[in-house]
Amino acid sequence: MKQQIINTLSILCIFSMSLNAQKYFTKEGTISFYSETPVENIEATNYKAVSIFDVESGAIEWSALIKAFSFEKALMQEHFNENYMESSKYPKAKFKGVIQNIADVDFTKDGTYALKVSGSLEIHGVSQNIENEATFVIFEGAIRGVSNIQVKVRDYDIDIPSVVADKIAETVDIKITADYQEFKK
Amino acid sequence: MIRILLPFLSLILSFHSVLAQEDLLSLIDEEETTELVTASFKTNRIINLASLENTAKGVMDFKINHRFGFLNSGPGQAFGLDNATIRLGLDYGLSDRLMIGIGRSSFEKTIDGYAKLKLLRQSTGKRTMPFSVLLHASTAIRTIPFQNPDRENFFSSRLFHTGQIIIGRKFSEGLTLQIAPTLVHFNLVPTAEDKHDIYSVAGGGRVKLTKRLALNAEYIYVFPDQLAPGYRNSVAIGFDIETGGHVFQLHFTNSTSMIEKGFIAETTGDFFAGDIHFGFNVSRVFTIKSYNKKAK
Repeated sequence: MKQQIINTLSILCIFSMSLNAQKYFTKEGTISFYSETPVENIEATNYKAVSIFDVESGAIEWSALIKAFSFEKALMQEHFNENYMESSKYPKAKFKGVIQNIADVDFTKDGTYALKVSGSLEIHGVSQNIENEATFVIFEGAIRGVSNIQVKVRDYDIDIPSVVADKIAETVDIKITADYQEFKK
Repeated sequence: MIRILLPFLSLILSFHSVLAQEDLLSLIDEEETTELVTASFKTNRIINLASLENTAKGVMDFKINHRFGFLNSGPGQAFGLDNATIRLGLDYGLSDRLMIGIGRSSFEKTIDGYAKLKLLRQSTGKRTMPFSVLLHASTAIRTIPFQNPDRENFFSSRLFHTGQIIIGRKFSEGLTLQIAPTLVHFNLVPTAEDKHDIYSVAGGGRVKLTKRLALNAEYIYVFPDQLAPGYRNSVAIGFDIETGGHVFQLHFTNSTSMIEKGFIAETTGDFFAGDIHFGFNVSRVFTIKSYNKKAK
């Protein structure tokens, strides 16, 4: 009986720990994408992406406003929002996933940690399961997350008419950087 | 008792913890931002009328505007295609709110310049603004010789001024409407009976048919007893076709002139009697200065 009470308490403890598990977040994550073709190179950056991850479970989430991507040319930005991403209909791109080997990361020790991340990436209202590599660089307590993703435009039902097909790459490179801060409720 | 409760407890707790992980992002309070409503029209003109959109900051817009002759001029004139008046123009966005433009029209050899300022910009989010309000001022200089060279003629007699307050709203992705109380001022009028100031209200809008195709229309109501007999209200209807860096506007209008004083106060064509010009505006934008590259 006593044993069981202890069991219960310890389970309770573990759960309450995981409930309050440490989290890190940023509101100023950077997402850049590059479309390179012989005709035209297009790049855009969003400096206001939001991300949070849970040290215990490895759960990680990202969210970025499509309208916050800024382009070199104003017209590109207008077409990106109006014609391709339809940002008034689909205002955000989101990622929800898990860092599978979060247990390998020692947040108290400086170093570079290779991560395996899997989850669901939602762009233009279409969700696709993806798996990708990422890195945590830990230096004097600061955590920087970095990842490069390649996204096929067609996978997300983004319609590119044939007249501009040679100006927009079929696969777009996406670079993600986040300097995480400790999350305090 | 505990033995019975234990699985339930752990089930509830684990469910709870799963829930907690379900929505990590909801833990972060996102700051609400103000989002400006963009792309109300494809370009800074509806057809003849200035639209509530400006040329973007640092961007130059080269305009090639054509109006052919009247459709009812018959097969001998290739239904108007043999005659054309043209306006070449350059527009430039000085800031997010202010644009300027110049142009020259073959019709009466007129040079015009204008400025358009966004006073209020339609927005959603933190600061909600239901509509946009713009000020538009233009001046035209007629460079053809004076009709009466013996009289003492002043340079100011060549000038025409237009002032406009544009109030508009993008109601949805598909629908934008605007209305613009307008004053056209003639420094010199042909006869003493002609008015120097012409008051009118210009209305225009667009219906977006597909992502790259829109139907535009505009009508200018000139208040009665201001125009000499034979002048009519301007009406125009046409399509915007967007292809990458170009916007092609193809339309039908009863106005020959492509500047305010001309199409508002000097339209002679009777649209419903077939005095219709087929016309087009070609807009080509060039990014002169890029501001967005290092946004941080």
